[in-house]
Amino acid sequence: MSVDVNMSVTGNSPEALNVQQKLSSALGLLGIFIMTLSGFNIQFQPKIVWVSLSLIMVFAGIFWYSKVSYGHKTEGIKNDRIYFKSLTNRGFWAYILGLALTGFYIVLYFYPSWIGLISDGENTGVIALFDPLSKAISGNAASQWFVYGTLYTLAIVGFGVKFLWKYRHNRYQRLRTFSVMFFQLGFAFLIPELMSRLNGDNFSLPYYNFVNIWPLNYYNFEQYRVDQFINSGTVGIGLLIFGVLSILIITPILTYKYGKRWYCSWVCGCGGLAETAGDSFRHLSDKSQSSWKLERWLVHTVVVFVVIMTTAVVYSYLNTDKYWLSGSAFLISVASLLTIVFTWTMVYKREELQNDAKYAAIGFFVVILSLLGLHFSGLIDKVFLFEAETLRATYGFAIGAIFSGVVGVGFYPIFGNRVWCRFGCPMAAILGFQQRLFSKFRITTNGGQCISCGNCTTYCEMGIDVRAYAQKGENIVRSSCVGCGICASVCPRGVLKLENDTPAGRINSQEVLLGNDVDLMDLVNQNK
Amino acid sequence: MKQEHIVIIGNGISGVTLARHIRKLSDKRITLISSESEHFFSRTALMYVYMGHMKWNHLKPYEDKFWVKNRLELKQAHVQHVDTQQKQLTFESGEVFSYDKLVIACGSKYNKFGWPGQDAKGVIGLVNKQDLEELEELAPNNKVCKRAVIVGGGLIGVELAEMLSTRNIPVTFLVREKHFWNNVLPAEEAQLIDRHIREHHIDLRLETNLEEIITDENGKVKSVKIKETGEVLDCDLVGLTPGVSPNISFLKSSTIDLNRGVLINRSLETSETDVYAIGDCAEQREPIGNRPPIEAVWYTGRMMGETLAQTLCGNPMEYKPGHWFNSAKFFDIEYQTYGWVFPKPKEGQTDFYWEHEDGKKCIHIQYEKESRIFKGINTFGIRLRHEVFDRWLTEKVTVDEVIKNLKSANFDPEFFKSYEKEIQNKFQYTLKTT
Ligand SMILES: Cc1cc2nc3c(=O)[nH]c(=O)nc-3n(C[C@H](O)[C@H](O)[C@H](O)COP(=O)(O)OP(=O)(O)OC[C@H]3O[C@@H](n4cnc5c(N)ncnc54)[C@H](O)[C@@H]3O)c2cc1C
Ligand code: SF4
Ligand code: SF4
Repeated sequence: MSVDVNMSVTGNSPEALNVQQKLSSALGLLGIFIMTLSGFNIQFQPKIVWVSLSLIMVFAGIFWYSKVSYGHKTEGIKNDRIYFKSLTNRGFWAYILGLALTGFYIVLYFYPSWIGLISDGENTGVIALFDPLSKAISGNAASQWFVYGTLYTLAIVGFGVKFLWKYRHNRYQRLRTFSVMFFQLGFAFLIPELMSRLNGDNFSLPYYNFVNIWPLNYYNFEQYRVDQFINSGTVGIGLLIFGVLSILIITPILTYKYGKRWYCSWVCGCGGLAETAGDSFRHLSDKSQSSWKLERWLVHTVVVFVVIMTTAVVYSYLNTDKYWLSGSAFLISVASLLTIVFTWTMVYKREELQNDAKYAAIGFFVVILSLLGLHFSGLIDKVFLFEAETLRATYGFAIGAIFSGVVGVGFYPIFGNRVWCRFGCPMAAILGFQQRLFSKFRITTNGGQCISCGNCTTYCEMGIDVRAYAQKGENIVRSSCVGCGICASVCPRGVLKLENDTPAGRINSQEVLLGNDVDLMDLVNQNK
Repeated sequence: MKQEHIVIIGNGISGVTLARHIRKLSDKRITLISSESEHFFSRTALMYVYMGHMKWNHLKPYEDKFWVKNRLELKQAHVQHVDTQQKQLTFESGEVFSYDKLVIACGSKYNKFGWPGQDAKGVIGLVNKQDLEELEELAPNNKVCKRAVIVGGGLIGVELAEMLSTRNIPVTFLVREKHFWNNVLPAEEAQLIDRHIREHHIDLRLETNLEEIITDENGKVKSVKIKETGEVLDCDLVGLTPGVSPNISFLKSSTIDLNRGVLINRSLETSETDVYAIGDCAEQREPIGNRPPIEAVWYTGRMMGETLAQTLCGNPMEYKPGHWFNSAKFFDIEYQTYGWVFPKPKEGQTDFYWEHEDGKKCIHIQYEKESRIFKGINTFGIRLRHEVFDRWLTEKVTVDEVIKNLKSANFDPEFFKSYEKEIQNKFQYTLKTT
């Protein structure tokens, strides 16, 4: 839809960067360039100086760029010329960046040796460059994941600063950006690294990021991790229990109170990157009805996939009878839980589901139950046992690597910054399901004030056609809304407000808008 | 019986709202005619395309499939003549088109007040798609357009100033009033906006009128001459934004009663049977309350569409708009209004004004002196809830209650600083001192 006629075809608009913007970009790129050079085994010594220097250059470049871009401007919305710039309008530079990012992810996931990972010896290349930093923090040599984690954190913190400058008039935006920067730097990066310092001979916790919750963290309940948790005594068991409680208790409570935004745009690392580094691409999301449909099918398929996969994986090791919970007991509890959720939804929340959502729910439920049925009836022996490893490998490859990394981030400049969050993230799907059916969160529409300008829809990174609701005076209660609040910020008429309020009257739909004759409004709204 | 054919001239907000509501209520044949663009778009958002916030397609509130799906026929043509006897329209192409019921929703055109040179190349307004295309051609950047002069300080003028400033084109803004939009806003907030416009490096000239537009040998704008001082300003573009008026010249050859707009009664009927008019082009024979007879705003167009759909579907209704409200944005400062606030309080009324120390937020309330009944509020830089004010206006609450419960009407995003306390203190203080 958005790749159509642009009125400003002349391309004459002053899109070029000014001198300081060019210099600051060059500084940042130089930092990246040093890292790249080290990949070609150019020896930078001492490493700790060079790695720090390159990281500082990247950060300083972003900082300087943000300052010259926004610092001298009055506070307010800063979307001027976004659609004239090659980088933010799917032009040449967008594709170059997209290629560079996808290339990076492919090397990272599939060819870490190219960037110098040597598993049984001294690292070389880029990874070696990061060794001193990693040793300083966790005491261990760097891995490709350490390099990635560092760059990822740098991106969130650096572009977080840019975002803070850009939206400095808006306290909601500022607070949630501080929040994602904090969670990334502390919980996702430093704490897990520091925790591994505690590991010794008979105490070895798996790498654990508290805020990376199953099913986003799809490998959390794999055997090697569970074993490590159990073997690490009280702390380990505590973490394991925390992992289970996170998804079953903590998440539902917070989502009920605040909507899924508490996670997706305040805590989550994927969301954090999307909101900061991805901010310049948020308008590229597809707003069509058909992509909404695709979203519903895709994201729920991933949920089903991850549920089956995890169930199978957990079952396969529980079945060895080494644990207090037996495989069958586990399968029965999963089946009961799903049945309860499914029945509750169908009984109490039927009207709020669209037709295809109903079919999908029924379909998915039947699939899962029949698998379990097949298992217990013994018709197909060991469905879960043999397939667990294949499922896990497929999920890790297709969803964990390709979808969330290569496509999810690599395609930021082409499809927008929340492709993964919208089409692929099983966590977002579960939270979204709850947000739609059982939460106090909604975006309230301010009576009849909407002028259908389309800013909200254009800048919604989740591709929600916000205007379609706002211009009818309807509240926005959509499962995919991550509560980033950008629609409310860019609205020039003050029409939208993210709120937590009583569930009653959350989903409204008015035929005639406020401001009109009271009799007419009553009449039309009654006759609906 | 033959299916009734409703023909609507104009696919703007009023025509489209009407069409959508008729479709909801009935199965009538509906045709929307427009010469401007094939599909409905949001006129209010024209500026954002030039500023690079959005592309043309983002202005369309409905996907192109919508029209087919809802059996709303679209016809791109310019109506030249309306024959209400034969119930026929004649298009510019010569084609003749019949209707059973005709709705005129043809919108506005921008005003020109007979200035010498007003038709020269390089003189533009900002009302329709073609104006936007012309602007893009005349002012793509500050090399082609070294300076622009905008004449007329209203909502479209300030939008045009903002647009040009995003391309770094120096702008001189000629405003007839003592302060920006001072014919609508009280002096306090008008001055607040004056300052903000200047903060954006716009050369704002108050109490200044255009004398003439001077052209070069090719008939293109070269400069403008200012009436008060005789000063001549070189420029490549002149934007005329001294308001809009109904775009009804094509109706002059018809028998429909016209004044400045198409004259209508409270049922939105024109002087001819089966012909109605709504939106910007309609003029009430008798103004409703404090409203002007021609209301050229988005919301009223929409409300007239909602109302007329009822009438045309067998449920006759009068146009009875509720409480007045409106909104706009001046560069970075948002403005909303509920009820009536006049440049000077009306007879028997008085006002209360609060401004934040940063000079970018304020509220202005007018109320009746005796009864203390709240009449209206202007708010700048603070969002307020339409629903709450609508209720307060209906219930005729006093200004004291409004001030006391102001927090319940706040619509700013979460975590924003709130100013109710400060406002309440100032209100108490003014009560004591007067
Ligand atoms: C730049 C700008 C910004 C604005 N911002 C705001 C705002 O923020 N808030 C607000 O409330 N209002 C705003 N307005 C006013 C608002 O846009 C109008 O009130 C509203 O669009 C009027 O709608 P309408 O349906 O009456 O007519 P229009 O939207 O003008 O539609 C009329 C259509 O009829 C077509 N037409 C006319 N004559 C013929 C003919 N003879 N044959 C065929 N077709 C014909 C025209 O080409 C046009 O497409 C703004 C207006 C402009 C120009
Ligand atoms: S609807 Fe608004 S708050 Fe929700 S994701 Fe879209 S832009 Fe963000
Ligand atoms: S940005 Fe605001 S005014 Fe524009 S369409 Fe969205 S809700 Fe309506």
